[in-house]
Amino acid sequence: MTTSASSPALRLDGVSKSFRRETGESVLALDNISFSLDQGGLAALVGPDGAGKTTLIRLLTGLMKADRGVVSVLGIDPAKNPQAIQSRISYMPQRFGLYDDLTVRENLDLYADMHGVTADDKRTQYARLMEMTGLESFQKRLAGKLSGGMKQKLGLACTLVRSPELLLLDEPTVGVDPLSRRELWEIIRSLVKEGMTVLISSSFLDEAEACERVLVLDEGKKLAEGPPADVSSLALSRTYVLQPPDGMKPRDFQARLLADPDVVDAVPESGHVRLVSQAVSGRSGPAYFGGVLAQPTAARFEDGFMVLLQQTGGAKPNPSEEPQPEEALGGSRDDSMVEVHDLDRRFGKFVAVDHASFNVKRGEIFGLLGPNGAGKTTTFRMLCGLLPPSGGSLKVAGVDVRQASASARQHLGYVAQRFSLYGQLSVGENLAFFARAYGLRGKKKSERIAWALNQFKLEPFVRLPSAQLPGGFKQRLAMAASLLHRPEILFLDEPTSGADPFARREFWQRITVLAAGGVTVIVTTHFMAEAEYCDRAAILDNGKVLAQGTPAELRAHAPAEAGHIATMEDAFIAIVVDARSKEAAEHGERES
Amino acid sequence: MKDCLAKLRRIRALTLKETRQILRDPSSIAIGVIFPLMMILLFGYGLSLDVTRVSVAVVDEDASSDSASLIGAFRLSPYFGVTVVHSMAEAKTLVMNRKADGALLIPSDFARRWHSGDAEVQILVNGTDANQARIMQAYAQGPVAQWSAAHASSSFLAGPVIVVDRMWFNESNDSHYFLVPGLIVLVMTIIGAFLTAMVVAREWERGTLEALFVTPMRAGEFLISKFLPYFGLGMIGFALCLLAGQFLFHVPLRGSLALLCLASMIYLLVALGIGLLVSTLVKSQFLASQLAMLLTFLPAMMLSGFLYDLRSMPVFIRGITYALPARYAVALMQTLYLAGDVGSVVWPNLGVLAAMAAALMIATRLVTRKQLS
Repeated sequence: MTTSASSPALRLDGVSKSFRRETGESVLALDNISFSLDQGGLAALVGPDGAGKTTLIRLLTGLMKADRGVVSVLGIDPAKNPQAIQSRISYMPQRFGLYDDLTVRENLDLYADMHGVTADDKRTQYARLMEMTGLESFQKRLAGKLSGGMKQKLGLACTLVRSPELLLLDEPTVGVDPLSRRELWEIIRSLVKEGMTVLISSSFLDEAEACERVLVLDEGKKLAEGPPADVSSLALSRTYVLQPPDGMKPRDFQARLLADPDVVDAVPESGHVRLVSQAVSGRSGPAYFGGVLAQPTAARFEDGFMVLLQQTGGAKPNPSEEPQPEEALGGSRDDSMVEVHDLDRRFGKFVAVDHASFNVKRGEIFGLLGPNGAGKTTTFRMLCGLLPPSGGSLKVAGVDVRQASASARQHLGYVAQRFSLYGQLSVGENLAFFARAYGLRGKKKSERIAWALNQFKLEPFVRLPSAQLPGGFKQRLAMAASLLHRPEILFLDEPTSGADPFARREFWQRITVLAAGGVTVIVTTHFMAEAEYCDRAAILDNGKVLAQGTPAELRAHAPAEAGHIATMEDAFIAIVVDARSKEAAEHGERES
Repeated sequence: MKDCLAKLRRIRALTLKETRQILRDPSSIAIGVIFPLMMILLFGYGLSLDVTRVSVAVVDEDASSDSASLIGAFRLSPYFGVTVVHSMAEAKTLVMNRKADGALLIPSDFARRWHSGDAEVQILVNGTDANQARIMQAYAQGPVAQWSAAHASSSFLAGPVIVVDRMWFNESNDSHYFLVPGLIVLVMTIIGAFLTAMVVAREWERGTLEALFVTPMRAGEFLISKFLPYFGLGMIGFALCLLAGQFLFHVPLRGSLALLCLASMIYLLVALGIGLLVSTLVKSQFLASQLAMLLTFLPAMMLSGFLYDLRSMPVFIRGITYALPARYAVALMQTLYLAGDVGSVVWPNLGVLAAMAAALMIATRLVTRKQLS
């Protein structure tokens, strides 16, 4: 340690960086950013996809050069002497930087040799890392065969083969199950306790709360900087919890509240609705929203973040833009639209989906919750007839998909992960293409395209190539395309991944309206909190359905704690821990 | 000293990693070992430029003992397969239907004119494959000349002049003689340029390079670790070709083995240099493999003198070949194999290749920066 304890571990002063897109226009990835982090500190970099988080971290590693401003890491300018920094810090990029065709041990050895760790140090350090990550019994397994959570831990272990002076982690928790997330955070906290300086980027706002400092970015601009409490306090005395009126679903109540101009934000939470108001309470007695008494509650980081977004001109879903319900689809609400029984899918020895069973009724919103690799996408592909199941039965809209996948598909709309759009085609051309693909022609076709453009507010972009659409609009276009033929069932695979909070609110608002119109919606997500929007949800892990039911039923799995209402995330962790310990017990019995 | 040791340890670790990846990746084994074997067998047995067993339809309008013995001469030749037909029309049908490659017409006055000394036979060849037609035309002279010589001597008449042609360096006129040296160049090109074009791009695509860059590793160490294993793989391919040439096709090696090895190594360095340079520049596996194909494999096949004679190419295209390393390599290999250590050919070609290898490596080192975007 050559730098004195008082000097900051990293410092940015007026840093800007822009890129040229393939289409030619230049994008400002970072706009006049200043930030600093002291030795031994823990800081979070939060913001939605495209905020500039990765660019900022790459500037610190010396892998990119800033256009303007001062960057200093451990007292060194990364642009002038990148190697000096690269030898002293550790960095985990978004995809962990692991070699899939090397084993766990070989990956560790590679990074240890890169950092010149001696054989003796390796022995002591490996023992510590194995204990920390629980990878001891997987040392000979190929990294490519690890689950998402284990990969992430191995990636972290590779950065810790020696104690770095600064640890940079780029979105280590994205797509990882809540349990692994919690475990990773425990590791990070223990490292900070030992004196390591850590900067972590994340699109999970709750993770910012665990840090000493946060830098909130949005589209390259700094929204806030300082202790997370500074952000949370923006929503001080403006945060409430409301009990929905009798017989009203929390999500319907939430949608109504969100349309109120006095409301900054509203989300369903643990059977209630959490709300951030425009006005500060306390002056005119108890507050009422939607005719319901609002209970004040402590403000969280996300609440403050929503206030901040609004202050800086973020677009709350505008009431006038509220999606208009279509003429309701026929059929009874008791019709079973999707029936899955004992569904199985294997790829060689690997079991991707293991005896899954669930039913979805007409007009229901059904959520499939689980981390990457849980089997959500595989299940989806089988439901859409894109992948034949290895076993079990599967009925969609009353049709056995295994026999007649083409006729079943007529009733389906499917929005794939990362949205399957043609980037070079304009918005109008994309819609025209999908309309033809669904067999629409003539007047019907032009009517539906006009409806989609109007409904999703895409008119201003008709001629714009879809690759150049702003993030949230890509998702709108993908949804519009999937709804052209008025499907009875809509499948959405990770539609909210990496989206900013406003886009996510707006998305669920649309889904709520669709479901009210009789469309059956099946949606996957790794945001556990979004299960609150669903009528029912199933929790998947390692291809197995561990639990299913209404949000309240799922939450009941979490152990009761005084003074704390269980969240969906607590429930998920309880369910997974329970299932894993049962499995371990069974395994133990078989062994003995 | 300590720095140097650390450097060596890093290179060793990276090379070990690369070797493991090669051994575990079926596609690199396929390209490195199976592919050379396939090329050897394919070019060795499948693509022979020699024409044998040309089927010829014979129309014997003369039907004399002389014409019968001329047909016999064709039958005895290893180069011809004879079908006797009764009319020219029939022969034409056979040629049209590709049942026969050509026709031999023995006119009705053949025997009479032979005795007066001005006999004629007509050879008709299917000109759609010009190359084969020319070869067949030349071949047909053989039996005719042989027959007329033998016949002339038996009837104590002065025989026609027999033209003895001799081919230098490839006495048996066996195309393996010049295919095998060219094959070495082709195999080295594939392993060197094609495989390595993928490896750096793969690390860019999978994001592993980003993590490796933020370590004490230097860019040069990374490149060396890419060179070493693929150099080894290329030399295995070379050894396979060498053995096949020696024991399967019995191609004589007239030059020294040491020079042949040296020449192969230097050409391999050139190919590796191209592959790594392309890979580093484009950073996409698909684009890199396409580029490597266009820049190295196709020219090595078409424009190196491996299959087609450079002197028969238009001047403009011949000019382009001077920029292609494969051209020098093929000239080197063919000379070392078939003519021997001819200094005036070996050293200039070797010099050009060595210069290219050095230039490519320097260029690759310069474009490999621990930088993104």
